[in-house]
Amino acid sequence: MATWQAICDVTELLPNTGLCALLDGQQVAVFYVPDPELGEVCARQVYAISNFDPFGQANVLSRGICGDIDAQLVVASPLYKQHFNLRTGVCLENEAVALPVYAVRISQNKVELAGGVGL
Amino acid sequence: MATQKTLAIIGNGMVGQHFLAQLAASPALRDYHTVTFCEEPRPAYDRVHLSEFFAGKTAEDLSLVPPGFFEEHGITLHLNDKAVAVDRQTKTIVSAKGQHIHYDKLVLATGSYPFVPPVPGHDRPNCLVYRTIEDLEAMVKAAQTAKVGVVVGGGLLGLEAAKALTDLGLQTHVVEFAPRLMAVQLDDEGGAILRRKIEGLGVRVHTSKNTSEITDGESCVNKMCFADGEALETDLILFSAGIRPRDELARSCGLEVGARGGIVIDNQCRTSDADIYAIGECALWNGMIYGLVAPGYAMARTVVADLQNQAVPFTGADMSTKLKLMGVDVASIGDAHAKTPGALTYSYQNGGSQVYKRLVVSADNTHLLGAVLVGEASEYGTLLHYCLNGIELPANPESLILPQQPATPVALGADALPDSAQLCSCFDVSKGEVCSAIANGYLTLGEVKAATKASTGCGGCSALLKSVVDAQLAKQGYEVNTDLCGHFAYTRQALYHLVRIGQLRTFDALLAKHGTGKGCDICKPAVANILASYWNEHILEPVHWGLQDSNDTYLANIQKDGTYSIVPRIPGGEIKPDMLIVLGEVGKKYRLYTKITGGQRIDLFGARLEQLPDIWQELIAAGFETGHAYGKSLRTVKSCVGSTWCRYGVADSVGLAIELENRYKGLRSPHKLKFAVSGCTRECAEAQSKDIGVIATENGWNLYICGNGGMKPRHADLFATGLDKDTLIRYIDRLLIFYVRTADRLQRTSVWLDNLEGGLAYLKSVVMEDSLGLSDELEQQMRHVIETYQCEWKATLADGNKLKRFRHFVNSSQPDSNVLFVEERGQPRPALPEEKRHFKLVGVA
Repeated sequence: MATWQAICDVTELLPNTGLCALLDGQQVAVFYVPDPELGEVCARQVYAISNFDPFGQANVLSRGICGDIDAQLVVASPLYKQHFNLRTGVCLENEAVALPVYAVRISQNKVELAGGVGL
Repeated sequence: MATQKTLAIIGNGMVGQHFLAQLAASPALRDYHTVTFCEEPRPAYDRVHLSEFFAGKTAEDLSLVPPGFFEEHGITLHLNDKAVAVDRQTKTIVSAKGQHIHYDKLVLATGSYPFVPPVPGHDRPNCLVYRTIEDLEAMVKAAQTAKVGVVVGGGLLGLEAAKALTDLGLQTHVVEFAPRLMAVQLDDEGGAILRRKIEGLGVRVHTSKNTSEITDGESCVNKMCFADGEALETDLILFSAGIRPRDELARSCGLEVGARGGIVIDNQCRTSDADIYAIGECALWNGMIYGLVAPGYAMARTVVADLQNQAVPFTGADMSTKLKLMGVDVASIGDAHAKTPGALTYSYQNGGSQVYKRLVVSADNTHLLGAVLVGEASEYGTLLHYCLNGIELPANPESLILPQQPATPVALGADALPDSAQLCSCFDVSKGEVCSAIANGYLTLGEVKAATKASTGCGGCSALLKSVVDAQLAKQGYEVNTDLCGHFAYTRQALYHLVRIGQLRTFDALLAKHGTGKGCDICKPAVANILASYWNEHILEPVHWGLQDSNDTYLANIQKDGTYSIVPRIPGGEIKPDMLIVLGEVGKKYRLYTKITGGQRIDLFGARLEQLPDIWQELIAAGFETGHAYGKSLRTVKSCVGSTWCRYGVADSVGLAIELENRYKGLRSPHKLKFAVSGCTRECAEAQSKDIGVIATENGWNLYICGNGGMKPRHADLFATGLDKDTLIRYIDRLLIFYVRTADRLQRTSVWLDNLEGGLAYLKSVVMEDSLGLSDELEQQMRHVIETYQCEWKATLADGNKLKRFRHFVNSSQPDSNVLFVEERGQPRPALPEEKRHFKLVGVA
């Protein structure tokens, strides 16, 4: 069974920014990208991918700028600016490179993550 | 654990490896002992970019496996060993080398093989396929003695392979069974344009050709005979006529397979045996084999979830694609062939520049069903957005594909450079190479960057590269796109104007009124910079969160290992001994690497994100201010020691430098600004290489402007002579605000002046003669910036809300375990990757 782990209060999520959580020794970058059609913050507006930038070899992706490119939600690495799809972890500049993605849910005003799944 | 189960993965290709990477990131890794078989002599590598092997990439460069991956995650890799049988009764895998491995769960990621039409002679010498690194090595070997090469198959992979053959110097032909190229993705007109483009590159294309036999050639090694009676002599034949799933293992153990191959899977990627999954190109989902890597990756995630009893069903994938084939843009979206009943089509064809675009629209003319773009595909993103998200089309859908406004005037600066001028020093790319890339069909900045590698290292030349690309495109008659990015169809100058006229205070307000989508890492920092220049609010106010690059967001300069450097302001380079001691003590206490900068200040490196507030607390208590080294703003005003001490000095250069630095220190500008003041014409402060340079003379101050050191030095222009201090400051006020208003994104003053219509004379008339009647306004805006100055660090430390972002983990106070230092010349430096691995193994972290 997947184990969900609470990482922080929902109020820690700032629109269009990332934060980094420690999940079983792994670093996860969590982003809140509001979608006006979905209203209040919910799990469908929160994305979690690995925090490790495989190009720069450093744990920095939570500090990148979020946005959309070709209708995909992305974050840009603060080091060399590659873009990663927030839903799939796939790198837009080199689709052979894909980051692990994590499942997100919100339960009792806590943001919870589970390892290694997504879509 | 004695009871640990075994998870086996057969196949270590791109999808197999992605599965392992996802698994390694999940708790499921601990539930299983994981074993993987790889029949090739090396673990997973990037097949999508296989053709880069010919451009000099090595097998190691293409590898998708991080060093130490299998060891670190306890995964057993059986390299160069093929699984040859699966016994589902005993749950055992038998390998070619005779190993018997028990499994509890099995994942088949066996991929596909290239289809070779079973014509007589298909196995003759030099008849090859294009899938593995070994195949490429065989191609290179065969090409050494070959003159002519044929690719059988004019699809996506076939055209990739044709490029590889031309790169190898062969006279290249493409033979396609269907009446057009890329028959799956393109319609007849699109295929015809693509054909003309590719033939223009010297490749001969033969369509509607059915190969009946391959025999001995006369002038070449082989002769291909076609059903229509014609023949083609060639030395090398490369089959790229589609893929077939590798399902033989599944067949032999009785799993359900499709009538035309492929292991049948459900939405959880389970085969007909609940303990066996299949993912990637070997799997058949809903009657479909997906020959792209992205759907395979999605299946991998589905299985990792299923192993944890989570349902993340695979529900198909969008097969829209955009790619560059031999330098030609090709894109296909949704129902490209207008198969939907009642569908309407719109098309645009330009025989001159060989561009073809077609829209497929619903019967009621309201929604986009599909599209084909050949020759130029800049609308791909927008169209995909319409198609996938069901957005209602404008009243005249054709406007989406019709050409837009005529070209803007050519910039002068870039034209003036000789072809031999080096633009990018990281990858040694000259202007001539950039121009020839454009001539070869790379027609956007991004494509030129990808093709030449220019501006993909430090990025310092990006503005220069852009002006060269724009100028070159305009020269060749192409429309030059000066839009900031896909979200704003405006230049930076126009956006600044919109902010000012509309009195807009936030990115969201500007986006809602003048943009589309959510923004990106190009427009967000650019707009944040415009807002900061105009309104001068603290850049970390909540409404501006998420807009700035990492440096501005954390008020420090990010370094390669994710730590930051700190540069306190030392106005004019003058510093009391006690202040120097504070810097030394802080450096020592936090174990920071310390270096003197070129701008007469001191840089402290290696601070972790969560240490920044503590460090600044100490610096501010000692009287330091932020140095804006992280911002597009005034860095330093360098000075020589001047008349106070120097035998030759004619004025107090240090005093003026300090005054100027304190006056302009809060100004946000399109790019960084560097000043200098020299106390005499010996010019020890090197003012003529600065954005603003001031040199003392017997008659007053001489003002030099728009100089630059750095990668493309520019000697500053003499702007005015013999000025008193008040006039000097007035001119600088006006000049800087005029630059802030009119420059492009990330355009230094040197490039700005070179591109300014009317040049120096025009600028003089605006600043000194007030020809635009703007002087009062410009000075007033500068006054506003000066009056609203605040030290960004001081304000941040006083605001708990802003401080919250200075932590590495939201749920732990641990430091980032990947940040490791070693000592060199008595100071810390970031550990190299091999040094980090050593630390991790011996547990020193």
